Amino acid sequence: MINFRYSRAGDVADAVRQIASEPRAKFVAGGTNLLDLMKYEVERPGHLIDISRLPLTGIEETASGRVRIGALVPNSDLAYHPLIEERYPMLSSAIRAGASQQLRNMASTGGNLLQRTRCSYFYDVATPCNKREPGSGCSAIDGHNRMHAILGTSEACIATHPSDMCVALAALEANVNVAGPAGERVIAFADFHRLPGDTPQRDTNLEPNEIITAIELPARGFAQNYTYIKIRDRLSYAFALVSVAAALELEGKNIKEARLALGGIAHKPWRDENAEAALRGQNATRDTFKRAADILLSGAKAYAHNAFKIELARRAIVRALTQAAQGTPQSQSNKKVL
Amino acid sequence: MAAYIGTPTSRVDGRAKVTGEAKYAAEFNSDGLVYGAIVTSTIAKGRIKRLDASAAKRVDGVLDVLTHENRPHMADADQAWKDDVAPEKGSPFRPLYDDGIRFSRQPIALVLAREWEIAVFAATLLDVEYASEAHVTDLYAERDKAFVVEKPAKPRGDAPRAYAASEVRHEDEYFVPVEHHNPMELFAATVVWEGGGKLTVYDKTQGVQNVQRYVCSAFNKKPEDVRVVSAFMGGGFGAGLRPQYEVALAVLGALALQRSVRVVLSRAQMYGLGYRPATIERLAVGASKDGTLNAMTHEATAVTSEYEDFSRNDTGWGGVLYNSPNVNFVHRLARLDVSTPCDMRAPGAATGVYGLESAMDELAVALKLDPVELRLKSYSDRDRNEDRPYTSKQLRECYAQGAAAFGWSRRNPEPRSMRDGKELVGWGMASGVWEALQMPAAARIVLTANGHADVSCAASDIGTGTYTILAQVAADALGLPIENISVKLGDSTLPDAPVEGGSWMAASASHAVIATAEEVRTELLAAAKTIENSPLADAKAEDVVLADGKIMSKHDQSRAVSITDIMRHSGADRILKEKKHEFGEDSSHARNTHSAVFVEVKIDEELGIIRVTRVVSAVAAGRILNTKTAASQIIGGVVWGIGMALHEETVFDHRFGRIMNANIAEYHVPVNADIHDIKVIFVDEPDEKINKLGVKGVGEIGIVGVPAAIANAVYHATGTRVRDLPITLDKVLG
Repeated sequence: MINFRYSRAGDVADAVRQIASEPRAKFVAGGTNLLDLMKYEVERPGHLIDISRLPLTGIEETASGRVRIGALVPNSDLAYHPLIEERYPMLSSAIRAGASQQLRNMASTGGNLLQRTRCSYFYDVATPCNKREPGSGCSAIDGHNRMHAILGTSEACIATHPSDMCVALAALEANVNVAGPAGERVIAFADFHRLPGDTPQRDTNLEPNEIITAIELPARGFAQNYTYIKIRDRLSYAFALVSVAAALELEGKNIKEARLALGGIAHKPWRDENAEAALRGQNATRDTFKRAADILLSGAKAYAHNAFKIELARRAIVRALTQAAQGTPQSQSNKKVL
Repeated sequence: MAAYIGTPTSRVDGRAKVTGEAKYAAEFNSDGLVYGAIVTSTIAKGRIKRLDASAAKRVDGVLDVLTHENRPHMADADQAWKDDVAPEKGSPFRPLYDDGIRFSRQPIALVLAREWEIAVFAATLLDVEYASEAHVTDLYAERDKAFVVEKPAKPRGDAPRAYAASEVRHEDEYFVPVEHHNPMELFAATVVWEGGGKLTVYDKTQGVQNVQRYVCSAFNKKPEDVRVVSAFMGGGFGAGLRPQYEVALAVLGALALQRSVRVVLSRAQMYGLGYRPATIERLAVGASKDGTLNAMTHEATAVTSEYEDFSRNDTGWGGVLYNSPNVNFVHRLARLDVSTPCDMRAPGAATGVYGLESAMDELAVALKLDPVELRLKSYSDRDRNEDRPYTSKQLRECYAQGAAAFGWSRRNPEPRSMRDGKELVGWGMASGVWEALQMPAAARIVLTANGHADVSCAASDIGTGTYTILAQVAADALGLPIENISVKLGDSTLPDAPVEGGSWMAASASHAVIATAEEVRTELLAAAKTIENSPLADAKAEDVVLADGKIMSKHDQSRAVSITDIMRHSGADRILKEKKHEFGEDSSHARNTHSAVFVEVKIDEELGIIRVTRVVSAVAAGRILNTKTAASQIIGGVVWGIGMALHEETVFDHRFGRIMNANIAEYHVPVNADIHDIKVIFVDEPDEKINKLGVKGVGEIGIVGVPAAIANAVYHATGTRVRDLPITLDKVLG
């Protein structure tokens, strides 16, 4: 780990001021990802601005019936908050599917959005990686890519986004509230993370001088018909090969509204409007679910070791939509995918 | 004398471990302790062209940066670096010896600083230029160049011809990838500079005396100047049998600075040590239609390094388990640009028996014969490799009790025939076998007048329960309550012990304690006889026992003298005895432990998720000294077997010659959610031939057979035979 300067932000405005004046500065909150990356010399910030004491830890309902989550709410507090468990159980479930209790206790809501890929080449400075060192090449494209993306990839990068929480937030159409030198702005969740394109070094559309202050959830929480399933190489504490957040609003058997987001298969939580449109207005049947899965995966592209993800994702989508439709969501403490 | 032996006594060191009182190698402190950070190579082969440490040396708090160019002197001869466990052939690795790079993550510099953080920071400032050479790290790329190494199990009959003539045949290859031990505790050494050239070395090791001799010969130190201590170990599993490079680096640092130095590896650096070698197991088994085994060929091709020939027995186990008139066993090694492999729980057997017992299952399928039946048909009451009987072999009982506890008779042999909701259910089984080894070992007992005994031995307790079983054995042998026994282990100044490995420590150290206790008893008897009107005046040594704090006649318990009275009478405040125990040379019998493993898997038919929902492991391992710690050993072995079958794989990118999952987030071992019901059965196996106590050891046997049983169950569930480990869900997705 390299040496770095350390300061504490007094308030949000101070945090924004500090980061603007330091080109190699980074914010640190829970540090569950950043400190690891610093130890691996993947991240080499000259200055850490500690934002962990900023008063961004509230979870509250807004006048318009939305729920605002402070950026520094620990993942575990969020997952077990009564308001979230009751109105957004899919979000609660997705958080509990990720990492370990100890990590969730430390990790912040905003930090979860900003965690970086687990691509093993990104993590090893002895190998080329365009995300870590733009222009050095992608080692994964012709290397070990079993964990890598099948949708939205580019010649420069086939990494995936590792978050579980973000998959649920994408499905819920959350907003990301950010503050910067020019004031505050709101980023729709779908626009927050980026595809790699030819700038894989940029994971998100957050500007380097901006700070996440809150996540806002729309009133619609899909608390009746939802699930989050995570398929991985062991049954806990592993990153997703494929994960699916599925949420439905049903009228009898008819699907009035549908949300489908996938993790582990792209550089960002993956949603497909056409797939969701194919669910809306249809009866909740296996055939309907399969059709949606086919649409979502129609553009999927496999590499040497991850072709299985296409079929796995197809089946996981069907399973998730079935669970959601039946109102039998996956429990994250069950040692079995239902 | 069996008040404690055979009981489920809880660990006597348990409290020390959970309270933090037990100290590990990196926890010992010393005034002015210096911290060493290791820098490792990023290439797999070549040499260091230029290594500029000037920026690191300029950092405030950095005391020195050791490289091959400026390190203190160390021995040049290979022999000086050969530890007790080093392969016979080869030139052991020595850190910072020269500019050569032999494997990726090889240590190339040691940064020494006042504080750990300073050392770690300065380590990032080294400027290294390499001259790379072409490397090979892929076993399959080198298998054609593999060379045969001699193994004890010899061919019998004509296996190829018998195979060709067999009515039912099966031939295939099975693959086990490189696997790493991943003990919780990182390898670490704290070398305390005692002055006058003396060193106290706190090292993470399974053999303090092995490390002591290694340090003395590599650094030309006198034996009395080096003391090595490893009282506790956070997991060894074989990784700590040989001295690892942290101890050589810490000694180098201490010699360079004439100060105390601590070196701790990072988790990523742990992947630059030894590992279970990747192995291709080729099996060809042939039988007559009724299932009588006619032919067995087992060829293993395993990884070794460019500089040492490491190999273990993968191939002979079929001759120990089964009766086949025609066998052929061949072991080959392929040299790769990697560090030398090393022992890892049941080395050779964990891999070889996986291949053997997978092939036996496939043969049973081809024969349409129950897998247990097939094994019973060729059951051997003799070690066929050496044509000799066993001291004991209750494997038949393992099959019977294991099958009964599992409910094996309810198995429908048809693949894909059993299900539970969305899950396919598979039942598989396999045999396990390991050697019951025993080594010379010595112990010291100091018995004090208050009836307390200190028992000591250089042996390490690597977490297996050695402290506890020695306390039990000593308590019984001395006739004292176990609370009166203190056991001291893991110090090179204590009586001689072998390295802790191979499952031999339970038998070796317990007999050393028994032998020493006999000396204590003899002395007590002699002293008791001198008491006026002694009730034991005419008792012979074989007529007395120690019990209830007394020495008493076996025939008449009223004829007894208490230890306290004897001591008072003789005026001694203690009796000190030290005795080396050696087992008689006897190769007339084979000594083995056995197991039968029964496994249930449930596999999500659509998603391929594999769960090992039930395991029954029935073990025959002679007398079990402690049913609690022994069962824990077996459970640990089963869990590891689940990992070997489903999760574990060290992933290399052969383009870089480098391990790409050098961390325990991406190197998967089972977690709680992957583990379900595990039942351990110890079948009764009295063994009067093997040794006095009838003890065989249980460290390795728990893992052997488990991966094959799981692979066989996966086949039974899905109809898909996966022949390369780990069996990840993509391989059964269908």
